[in-house]
Order: sequence, then structure tokens, then C-alpha cells
Amino acid sequence: MARLPIPVEELVARHGPHANRLPLGGWTSRGEPDRIVKTHCCFCGQQCGIQLKVKNEQVVGFEPWEDFPFNRGKLCPKGVKRYLQDASPDRLLAPLERVEGVGFREANWDTVLDRTAREIRRIQGAYGDDAFAILTGASLTNEKAYLMGKFARVAVRTSNIDYNGRLCMVSAAAASKKVFGIDRSANPWSDIAKAEAILVAGANIGECAPITTDYLWQARERGARIVVLDPRLTPIARTVDLFIPVRPGGDIGVFNAMLHVMIERGWVDRRFLAEHTTGWEKVEAAVGRYTPEVGAKIAGVPASLIVKAAEIWGPARTSFLLHARGIEHHSKGVDNCLAALNLVLATGRIGREGCGYAMVTGQGNGQGAREQGGKCDQLPGSRDLENPDHRRYIAEVWRVPESSIPHKGLSAVPLVDAIHEGRIKGLLLLCFNPLVSLPDQSYVREALERLEYFAVIDFFLSETARHADVVLPGSLMEEDEGTTTNVEGRVIRHRQAVRPPGGAREDWRIVCDLASRLGVADKFAFSSPRAIFDELRVASRGGVSDYAGITWERIEAENGIFWPCPALDHPGTPRLYEGSRFGHSDGKAHLQAVEWRPSAEEPDGDYPIILTTGRVVAHYLSGSQTRRIGGLVDQTPEPWCELHPRLAASLGVNSGDFVRLASRRGEIVVHALVTTTIRPDTVFVPYHWPLDRAANRLTNRALDPISHIPEFKICAVRVSRANRPDDSLARLAPEAGGVV
Amino acid sequence: MNELAFFIDYSRCIGCQACVQACEECDTHRGRSMIHLEVIERGDSVQTAPQVCMHCEDPICARVCPADAIKQTPDGVTQSSLKPRCIGCSNCVLACPFGVPRYFAELDQMMKCDYCYDRTSVGLRPMCATVCPSQALAFTTLTEIERTRNGKAVNRWVFGEEVVKTKVYVIVPETAQEVRPDLVQLAGTRTHPAPHAPYDVAALLEATSP
Repeated sequence: MARLPIPVEELVARHGPHANRLPLGGWTSRGEPDRIVKTHCCFCGQQCGIQLKVKNEQVVGFEPWEDFPFNRGKLCPKGVKRYLQDASPDRLLAPLERVEGVGFREANWDTVLDRTAREIRRIQGAYGDDAFAILTGASLTNEKAYLMGKFARVAVRTSNIDYNGRLCMVSAAAASKKVFGIDRSANPWSDIAKAEAILVAGANIGECAPITTDYLWQARERGARIVVLDPRLTPIARTVDLFIPVRPGGDIGVFNAMLHVMIERGWVDRRFLAEHTTGWEKVEAAVGRYTPEVGAKIAGVPASLIVKAAEIWGPARTSFLLHARGIEHHSKGVDNCLAALNLVLATGRIGREGCGYAMVTGQGNGQGAREQGGKCDQLPGSRDLENPDHRRYIAEVWRVPESSIPHKGLSAVPLVDAIHEGRIKGLLLLCFNPLVSLPDQSYVREALERLEYFAVIDFFLSETARHADVVLPGSLMEEDEGTTTNVEGRVIRHRQAVRPPGGAREDWRIVCDLASRLGVADKFAFSSPRAIFDELRVASRGGVSDYAGITWERIEAENGIFWPCPALDHPGTPRLYEGSRFGHSDGKAHLQAVEWRPSAEEPDGDYPIILTTGRVVAHYLSGSQTRRIGGLVDQTPEPWCELHPRLAASLGVNSGDFVRLASRRGEIVVHALVTTTIRPDTVFVPYHWPLDRAANRLTNRALDPISHIPEFKICAVRVSRANRPDDSLARLAPEAGGVV
Repeated sequence: MNELAFFIDYSRCIGCQACVQACEECDTHRGRSMIHLEVIERGDSVQTAPQVCMHCEDPICARVCPADAIKQTPDGVTQSSLKPRCIGCSNCVLACPFGVPRYFAELDQMMKCDYCYDRTSVGLRPMCATVCPSQALAFTTLTEIERTRNGKAVNRWVFGEEVVKTKVYVIVPETAQEVRPDLVQLAGTRTHPAPHAPYDVAALLEATSP
């Protein structure tokens, strides 16, 4: 029974989100902290070092950590205000059970754990093992990501486990794996500052990876020229050498035509290509058709801008490509990345100081959480679930028969489809808020309402947790310990600052207790996250993402360690592909020829405008945490629709008006922001908000055929001027989905 | 050259407000930010500009204070008004050429950026410059700035007839000797040229040659 027990307005009144503006105990009583804990920010894949101030066993503030080499004390507003989530009045302090017409009633741990274990087995008994599914998230530590993969395969024995990295890193991951055989940014961030030419493709660095800005500007001070591809003039695009306002979905037009120009002008390294790559002939043949004019037509930009980009990128001695969701959130997301990587390989500029590329990981542990076996097709160490050798090795580590490990299951969006179609009847959710973050929200809500049993582990009652039968209060990052792997591939350590408050518990304890009730206590007899990490090290040994030589002590002593690190005396691998040795068994990089194709839903007569979505600097993912932090809510209280004055004039819309956006899937009403910094054929809405302010009510469930990432970056909408909405949802606080 | 100093480089700013949020955290002003993050003209730019107190050598705010409530430290930091002396007249707010001091009605007192005196006086960097992700705000030595940045750090401002020298530097093009913020636009009017180059994506798309 996964319908709301009481109206949403009442749930919001009781459980929030409420924006908290005061530290625990208020401003006046903070005084000197009892201790300062060196740890990392929980928001975004950069994983900046930060120190948390603890007083009376509560987190009451922060102090920059200037010795940590990645960020040297720098923090974005989310990092600065992160500590305030500990003081949220919405914090879940006891297990909750859904009561129809009443809301949520506090329950004891044994009751909810027994019930959940019973329901898992009941559903599996009635409908098959795969009818119970698990969805997790990429903000989990490596230890928890590993634990969840093992829990699904060994305790629940379902093939259906996936995670919200499916909305984030999978296109980049699939492309890197295809081309290089390894899914990781190729270089440490220090290489960015040493590049002569930098191409930023679909990455709003200033807002989504703010600390990376300084690396870009360091490069510029040394004379680097920077090219930015984005449908919007982003904060970094304002002062770079070349801004290409590409039409959403048109990126391949730019990449292939740049390569076309580079071949014509002799800016490719044919010796490197012959010795260290395969597939170049096909790439060369494919881009032969992409003259600047052809590319320009696809990309919706003047051909001269593409030529200029090639002139910056082509002859440079060192170069760095940064790409992110702007090119990855497409039904051709993998192909977009492949076409961009061709620009790197064609020049041979990789595996050296100042030469390489990186995917700008979005989620806190976007890198690590995709290596530990929490994906539907993967085992720990970035191993392949369908490879018999990999299965045998992991079966040995887990002390289970190889045949008992389920085979490949459904990825996140098809998994929700299966719930909608009644093939999956039960769900355990951890670290995922699909009722903000998945495309086509009405469909997702319908799916959740069809679940027979829905259990959620969370620290707040997220928009999705409101639909749960039981809610198990888990832990914030600062209430547990473990490791994450940052955007560079550097494994770092989060220290526990405080214990979970009230009756809340560390997530790993909850999961181990559930495993015990499912009859596999011996396989989950972990005494601490460190014990989980030590098993993870063994499980990853010999895999692509090899952590075998990484210990918590080494992480501390060496300011993090880059994988692969196969032995205790191995220094780790900050830069991959040195000496042009790539990750495939033939040691070569495998270039892939790419042809452009249209997006799943292009604008037409009925829905004539392109909608693209993205993030803002003050909020993190579904906003479940940041919409509870007052300073961040005040900085960006609500979403808006950004549109060009020409489009606005044709619609009769002024800045500050309300507009209604409608797609084939739903509609929302938000304020308009009229500005010349966006393409006239495209509107933008940030996605961090729920209900009638959710950009994802409009977005399309179309998936990339390889990565299964949804097409968040382009769908077709109508936009019209609207009156101020005055329904009960609009009257909620903006952090809960109302309007300002 | 090797003394720590404060530098602003507006070309680096990404408008993230980390400075504003961090400033609020100070135990001396508890939730109130003393830094201004100006959004220049969102309708045709994403340009933003952080404004800390420039700490004038001869602070105009202190000169115009009828209550003698604004003091400068021996090392040249102009502090918030002294609570027992401040009469809340806002002369300083009106007089400051940089728009820095703020009058807080609930406190009946003017408060302003004080160079994070509690931090800088004990060798720590100011909070805003420590956290600034783009390092548009930087607290370092002039030697280090000259080694790592293009442009030139200047601290001489010319407002018409008036010349102001400040403790805080701004980074300007190599050829400039000083900053001349000529009055180019009055609020709400379009009779003068805009203070920045407009960024119109539509115009970029219509360009036929580079």
C-alpha cells in the first residue's frame, strides 16, 4: 500500500521540508567547539575537505580544511551550510509505520525490521525472487554501496538492484569503458591547470562543480584558451575564449565537425593513432561527412564557431576535456561522450601531464558507488555480473555458490516500469528520491502507488518516503564513517563526527540486521564500516577498480589514494594511461565512430519549445537535504523558467510573471526569468523541487540504449503566461513545492 | 610584497554566494552577511561582483560619522561601528563610495566587513576568501598574485576629483594604473552605455564570421 496516508499538505506540516536557519543551540551558545573533525562535504562528487565543529555531541558549525590538497579550504555555499542539516526539525528519530488516514506512527525497530523481512519473503514467495527490488544511491559511501550489492544478491537474492547513478554517471561510464576499458576520469585535477586548451562540454562548472572553477582559471592565468559548449551562457562561459551556444542534442555536430577540421588542417597525431588505438579509419570516414556547415546545422550554431573551436583545440600542445550531464543526459548520451573522446584521442594528448580528460562526477560518491556492485549488471571491483570468472571470484569472497548469485536485473527506469506493470511488487529504497529526480513524475507516482510493500531508509521523510509502508531512520554522512571516491578517482575518508540522534541508526547496521532476519547473519557479521571496507578490498582485488592496497590509515597519511592500487606498497594511480597503455586487453584505446541522430522528442507544432533542465549551486540533487537548509533556501527558494527576450516577447511574458510549462506528460507553473543568456529556442528549469514545481513532471522517460540514462536535457514543451497559482500546493512553503 | 593582502578579481566570480553564506557564519555577526554579492544585470548577463569593505587608508565612513563610532585599527582595518557610540544615522552608509556599511534596524547599529579581524589578526585568512571557489576573492601576498595571475593588482581609485587608496586590491588589466569607476548609468535609465558588454546568445547565433 504505497499511497499517501494523509494529504500531502498535512505530511509537509509534520515532516517538512522546513527550512532551518539556526545552528543547534542557536547562534549565541556555540562558543568554542569540543572537537573539530576533518572530513568531507557530502554534496557533489568533488568531495571537498571540510572540518566540522562538534559541541555537546552535536555538529554546530564548520571550519575550512586548508591542508586538503583538492580544495585547499575552498567550499561552495552547500558545503558552508551543510552542517545545518544536523539541526533540522524534520530529522527522523524513530522508525515510522504508515497508518491510513492518520499519517506515520512511531514504531520500534524490531517491529519494522521483522515486518520488512517478512514482506520480502512473502512477496518473493508469491511472485518470484525478482519481484522484490532495491534502489540505492550514489551518495552512499563505498562501504554502503558494496553492502547493498551484496545484500541484494546474497540476502534478498533478487536480480533487481540499481541506483540513482543511473541518472548521473552511466553515459560517461559506458563511453569511457568502451574507449579506454576503464571507467574513471583519466587525470588528477592538477592536470587541468596545466592544459593549454580546455574544452568544457555540457558542464555548468560554476554551479555544479564550483571548486573546479579555480582549476580552470589557474589554467587561463597560464595562457590556456577555454571553449564552453552549453545552451546557456553559464557563469564560466561569460569570460572564456569561446562560448558555443549549442542546441540541446546537437553536440555531436560540434564534435564531429571539429574533428573534420582538425583532419583537414593536419592537427591529428597519426603516429599515436596507428600505434595505440583501433577504429580510427571508421572515425575518419564518419567525420568526413561532418563539414563545419553540416555540424553547424545539427548544432544550431554558426559554422564559424566550430572552426574556431577546432583552431583552439587542434594545434594545442596540451589539452583537457571536461564533460558532464549536459552531453550525457540524452538518449544518445553515450554517443555524445564517444564523439567528445575522439577529440582527445585524435590528438594523442592523454596520459601525460596536462593532457587528458575527465567526467565531472555529479553525486557525492558518483565515482565509487558505481564500482562496488550496486548496479544491476555489476559485481564489486567494477566486475561484470555475467562474466563467469568474475562471478566465481565474488562467490568465493561472499562464501556462496556461484549459481546462487542472480543474473543481470533491471536498471532504475525500467525497474520503475516493472513496478508500474505489476512485475515488481516490493521495494526497499535507500538514498534515492525518485519522486523528484526521475523523469515523468506522474508515471513514477502511479508506479509507487502499485507497490504491495515499500520500505525506505532515510534521515528525512523525502517526497518519496511519504509513500512508504515503513520508514527506517538512517544516518547522515557525518553520523557514520566510511570512504568515498572523488571526481578524480581519489579514495578519501569520511569521519564520523557524531552518533545518529535519537533512535536513528547507521544505515549499515540497519541493512545487516535485515540480512540477519533473512537468514544470512553469518555473511553480514560486520562490526564496523572498516570491516566492510576490508572485505571490499578483497572483492575488488584484481578488478578494474582495485582497492586492495588502500587502507584507511594510508588514506589519512597520503591525503587519499587514487585507484587502481593493487598492493600496500603501490602508490596509487593519479594519472591513468601513462605511456599510452590503455585498459583493454590489447593495451589500445578503441575509438568509436559516431553518427548524430535526433533526440527522442524534438519540438513540433504542438510542443514547439525545447526544455532543458539542470542544477543550481545552492541545491543538491532532489533537494531533500538542501531544501531543509535555510541559507540555501533563501539563496534559491524556488525553480524558475529561464527564457530569451525574443521568445518571451512572442509569448507576452515579462520577467517575474508566472508561466505554465506543459509537455505531453504534465505541467508546472513557475516564475519566468527573461534573459539574453539562453538560446531563443530553449527554456531552462532547474529540477530540485517537487510536486507542481517539479521540472521532472515534464521530462521524458526516453533512455539511452546502452547506459539507460534518461533524456533530462531535451523534451518538447508549450509555454504560456499564467496567473499566480493559488491552490493548496502553491501555498506551501517554496522548499516544500510552493511558490514565493 | 610578502605581507598577506586581500585581492578581488571580478573576472573570476561565478556568483555562487559561498562568500555570503560563509560570512553569515561568523560568531560576531551571527547569521548576518557583511559581504555584498551584486548581480549586475541578470536580464543580459550572468555577471556578479562580490563587494567586501575596501578598507580605505582614510576611511570616508569614519570621517563622516558624527558620533565618532567608526574606528580604524593601527594596521588599517576599518571596523564596524562601536555599539555604545553608533546613533544609527546612516551617514556612513550614504558616504561610502563602495556601498559597504549596512544599518541593521533590529540592532540599531551599522555593521560592516571588518577584514575578519578575529581571523586575520591571528594569521588566519578571512572566511570569504578562504572558501571562495573561484578565488575571485583571494587572501595572499602581492608576490604570489604577480606570480600566478594575469593583470595587475591596484588599490588606487579615482572618483571624479576624489582619490581613494584602499588596503584591498582589485585586479585590473596590465595597462591600468588605477580604477576610474566613471558614472556610466543611473539607476533605471538607459541614457548611458551599459556598464558591461551585453551577452546576447541570439546575437552570437546570428554571427556569420568569427
